[in-house]
Amino acid sequence: MSLILEMVDVTRIHGEGHLAVQALTNASLTVASGELVAVMGPSGSGKTTLLSIAGGLDRQTTGNVQVEGQELSALSASALARLRRRRIGYVFQQLNLIEGLTAAENVSLPLELDGMGLKEARSHAQRALEAVGLQDLGGRFPDDLSGGEQQRVAIARGIVGNRVLLLADEPTGALDSITGEAVLKLMRAHCDAGGGGVLVTHDARFAAWADRVIFLRDGKIVDETDAPDGPESLLNVR
Amino acid sequence: MSVQMSLLAILADGPGYGLQLKNEFESRTGSVWSLNVGQVYTTLSRLERDGLVEQRDGEGGEKLYSITSAGRGRLRRWFSTPSPNGTPTRDELVLKIVMSLDSDEIDSRDVLQAERKAAVRALQEYTFLKRNADESDLGWYFLLDSLIFKTEARVRWLDACEERLKRKSAPRKRAAAQPETEEVRR
Repeated sequence: MSLILEMVDVTRIHGEGHLAVQALTNASLTVASGELVAVMGPSGSGKTTLLSIAGGLDRQTTGNVQVEGQELSALSASALARLRRRRIGYVFQQLNLIEGLTAAENVSLPLELDGMGLKEARSHAQRALEAVGLQDLGGRFPDDLSGGEQQRVAIARGIVGNRVLLLADEPTGALDSITGEAVLKLMRAHCDAGGGGVLVTHDARFAAWADRVIFLRDGKIVDETDAPDGPESLLNVR
Repeated sequence: MSVQMSLLAILADGPGYGLQLKNEFESRTGSVWSLNVGQVYTTLSRLERDGLVEQRDGEGGEKLYSITSAGRGRLRRWFSTPSPNGTPTRDELVLKIVMSLDSDEIDSRDVLQAERKAAVRALQEYTFLKRNADESDLGWYFLLDSLIFKTEARVRWLDACEERLKRKSAPRKRAAAQPETEEVRR
C-alpha cells in the first residue's frame, strides 16, 4: 500500500514571541492509497490548519510533509503550485463555484489553467461529472442547480483529471443528511478507486464514513480509531 | 409489547407457523434483535388468549396462526399511537461524566474522549454496514439509521459537555475542597 500523504511531527506556530500561537503541535498522519481519514475536533483545535498544510496551502513551522513521496518544503514555488493543481483536490464548505461558468466549465477550469487543451480538459470534466452523477447537467449554471448538486460539482472539480489526494473541509456543512451522505459516498468512491482523502468535520455521522478517525484537541492529535471490523463485530448477525 | 405487535404485523400479511414468524421477524429487522422460538410461542399464546390471533392445525399437525379482525384493529391502533418516549432512566454514561466532574483523580476530558472514541467507532461499524447494504432493503436502512442517529446524539452530547468544560476554563472541583475558614472569619 503506497502512501499518498505522510505528515511527520508537524508543528505550526503563528506569530512570534509572546504573541506566538501554536496551532498544531507534533502532528503525524499518514493516508495510504485507498484510505479515507477523518479529522474531528472542536473549533480552534487545528483541523483546518492540518488540512491546509497537507495540501500545501500553508507551510509548517517544523516537521515534514510528503505528498506521493515528494517533500513539499523542498519544492520550488512553481513545482508546489503544479503539484497542487495536478495531484491535490480541495472541497470546501464554501463551494467557490464561478457563477458565470457552467458546471462543466467550473470543473474543467483547473485543468485549463494548468495548460491542458480545451478539448481534453472538457472530456476530463465530463468524466468527473459522470462520477458524481451529473453528466446531464454540465451545461447548467450554478444558480440553476440545487445545493446538493452544487456540492457535487465542487467534488467533481476536486477529483477532475488525475488528482490523487482529495482534501475536504466540512464538505457536508450546509447539506441535509441524505445529501450529505451522497457527498461522503463520492469521497469514498474516490478512495476505493485507489485515491486518498482527508475529511475535516465536526459531524461524527459523516466522519464515520472514514477508515480511521483522528481526534484533535488544542492542536494535538489525542486519539485515533482504526478501521471497522465489519458486520460480525457489533450486531447480532448470524 | 413491541414483539406482540410485530408478530401481528407479520400475520397481517398472511397466516404463518411459529418458526416462519421468527424467521420473518429476524429478516425484517436485519437480525439485530433475535427471538428464540420459545419467545415466539409464548407471545402467540398471549395474543391468542386476548383474541388477537387464532390457530388451526396446518401441515403435519403443526399449528398455523392467523390474525383476527380484533387483531387487525389492535395493530391499526399500534401504528396510529405515538410510541412512548420513556421516562428518564439512570444512564450509566451520564452518571459517569457527572461523577468525573468532582473527582480529583480523573480528568473529565479524558473520560469524555474515551466515550467519544467508542461511540465514533460504533458509528464506523454501523456506517460500514450501511455502505454495503442493499439499496432496496429500506427496513435495514431505517434500522441502521436509527442506530446511527442515536449514537450521533451521544457524540453531540459529549461534544457539548466538552465545550462547557472548556468555557469554564478549569474543571469544576467540589467547593468543599477549599478551606471554609474564610467564610467563618467574615
